[in-house]
Amino acid sequence: MHFFLEPGFFSNAPVRTALLLGAVVAAVSAVVGVITVVRSQSFAGHALTDVATAGGSGAYYLGVGALWGFLGGSLAGAGAMELIGVQRVRRRDLATGIVLGAATGLSALFLYLDTTVKATTGATQQILFGSIFSVSSSTIPYVAIFGGLVVLMMAIMRRPLLLTSLSSEIASSQGVRVRMVGVLFMFCLAVSVGLSSIAIGSILSTALLIGPAATALRVARSIAAATFLAIGLGIISTWLGILLAYDSFYWDPSSQGLPVSFFIVAICFVFYVFSGIALSRRRAQETRRPVATDSALSAEGR
Amino acid sequence: MSIDGKGTPPVLEVDGVSVSFGSRNILHNVSFELRAGEFTGLIGSNGVGKTTLLRVILGLQPISTGSVRVLGAPLSKRSRALGYVPQKVLLDPDVPMRARDLVALGLDAHKFGFSRRSATEREKVEEILVAVDAESFADARIGSLSGGEQQRVLIAHALISSPKLLLLDEPLANLDPGSVQEVVALLHRVAKDHGVSILLSAHEMNALLPVMDRIVYVSNGRVASGTTDEVVRSDVLSELYGHHVDVIQLHGRIFVVAEPGTSAEDVPEHPRYQVD
Ligand SMILES: Nc1ncnc2c1ncn2[C@@H]1O[C@H](COP(=O)(O)OP(=O)(O)O)[C@@H](O)[C@H]1O
Ligand SMILES: [Mg+2]
Repeated sequence: MHFFLEPGFFSNAPVRTALLLGAVVAAVSAVVGVITVVRSQSFAGHALTDVATAGGSGAYYLGVGALWGFLGGSLAGAGAMELIGVQRVRRRDLATGIVLGAATGLSALFLYLDTTVKATTGATQQILFGSIFSVSSSTIPYVAIFGGLVVLMMAIMRRPLLLTSLSSEIASSQGVRVRMVGVLFMFCLAVSVGLSSIAIGSILSTALLIGPAATALRVARSIAAATFLAIGLGIISTWLGILLAYDSFYWDPSSQGLPVSFFIVAICFVFYVFSGIALSRRRAQETRRPVATDSALSAEGR
Repeated sequence: MSIDGKGTPPVLEVDGVSVSFGSRNILHNVSFELRAGEFTGLIGSNGVGKTTLLRVILGLQPISTGSVRVLGAPLSKRSRALGYVPQKVLLDPDVPMRARDLVALGLDAHKFGFSRRSATEREKVEEILVAVDAESFADARIGSLSGGEQQRVLIAHALISSPKLLLLDEPLANLDPGSVQEVVALLHRVAKDHGVSILLSAHEMNALLPVMDRIVYVSNGRVASGTTDEVVRSDVLSELYGHHVDVIQLHGRIFVVAEPGTSAEDVPEHPRYQVD
């Protein structure tokens, strides 16, 4: 006989570390993710996860802590994208694509070295898909400090960032330092990707960055509301994922349990699908507003 | 609003401004002045450099020669004396931003920090929404509004910092005729009520004739400026275009017509498309 919420769940040290780490990472990803979606920079965010993979696998090979590899990788990637011209809309995809390609090549090299030269077969799985239960509790303070820094920066620059994201032309005419704001945001995005790589793996960190944010943006009435909703959804997905993964040890006695990252990403996806229902309700309401009917419809048809 | 006396400087002085992109001279030795409270149309066909000129005035476009002074002072990038509504702002219907949120950003989006908006500031947002007749859709997502409604919200955003000069880039393009009338009337009223000068670019001048105090007519990288009667004349415009054009007045509308054979592309209003 076994309970869904096993009595030992909260007394298990790796579980407690995972819950704490998961909450911090989900919150930071949500705050950054909302603006990433509004700025249409999801592709840049995803490219950074590839650079984080290269950094993480390189760190593994060199025997450095994975967090530093992930963070170093994605920050270097953000720097490279900035140099190539990610701020200019027309060169954005190009800059992102070039960095993504180069990084994936490096990842291939390091992951190969990790598994052959160092004979650590778990490396690929751990770097790409994460292993939240095996994160050492000594990592938590670093994650909290970097996460806190990002949230603080995002809070301080929320208004310039928002106006820049809506129209850089209006923002610069109002005296916003558009370029500086863009660079600072890329920094936040890179740190956020580095942090979530530790928790759910570099490849899947896009899902935690974009999933809850996209869901929240569909249903919320303002950016602030969307941000708080995304934080809530992110934390719920992460905790529920951890609980299910822990529980899955009991589903099939011969298995070792299923990966946490799978559950987290699956739950994020389920939320997104359900938000579609809320969205179609809101659209129906908007269409009933007589003046906006034309534009709402034509916006749909773009 | 009356035209100011000798003491106060013009709202805007553009003096000998030239702009080139690579080897192409877009604006050549352009000079004109705007005075307080005046409604000025910046008229010229597509591609003559209207947007470029507005960006020069905002300090967003480097110039090769000349100078720009706003309220008698040299241009500074962070000037709050100017409000701007750019051409073709694409507002994403999927972004949950209400009209009032965007208007409020006009107060403080250039500042970093945590500060909350005061009650006075929130009142100011309401006032300006009322001034542009946007109360009824103040809580709707901006991306879902019609072109004319979005235009009014963008005007409110530009006005809330109490600028002395409001620059609008083709705000009437892509509006249906009814909305054109509404936006023009709104701008005229706002200019008088708030004592703000307006410089509005358009490739078609007829909708502006009832409200325009002065005109700045652009062609071939040069401008002619003055009242409509002073500028929209066959001799002045022929000189500007570099070939003969006729100015025809018909039912209170003005048409600039090139002789057959001359290239008519740079003539903004061609009768074939105008007579209805
Ligand atoms: N950044 C730029 N680089 C090169 N050419 C430009 C740039 N911006 C505008 N131009 C050119 O300058 C000319 C004037 O453009 P613009 O000011 O946008 O005209 P208008 O607003 O009157 O239609 C056009 O031929 C355009 O192609
Ligand atoms: Mg233009």
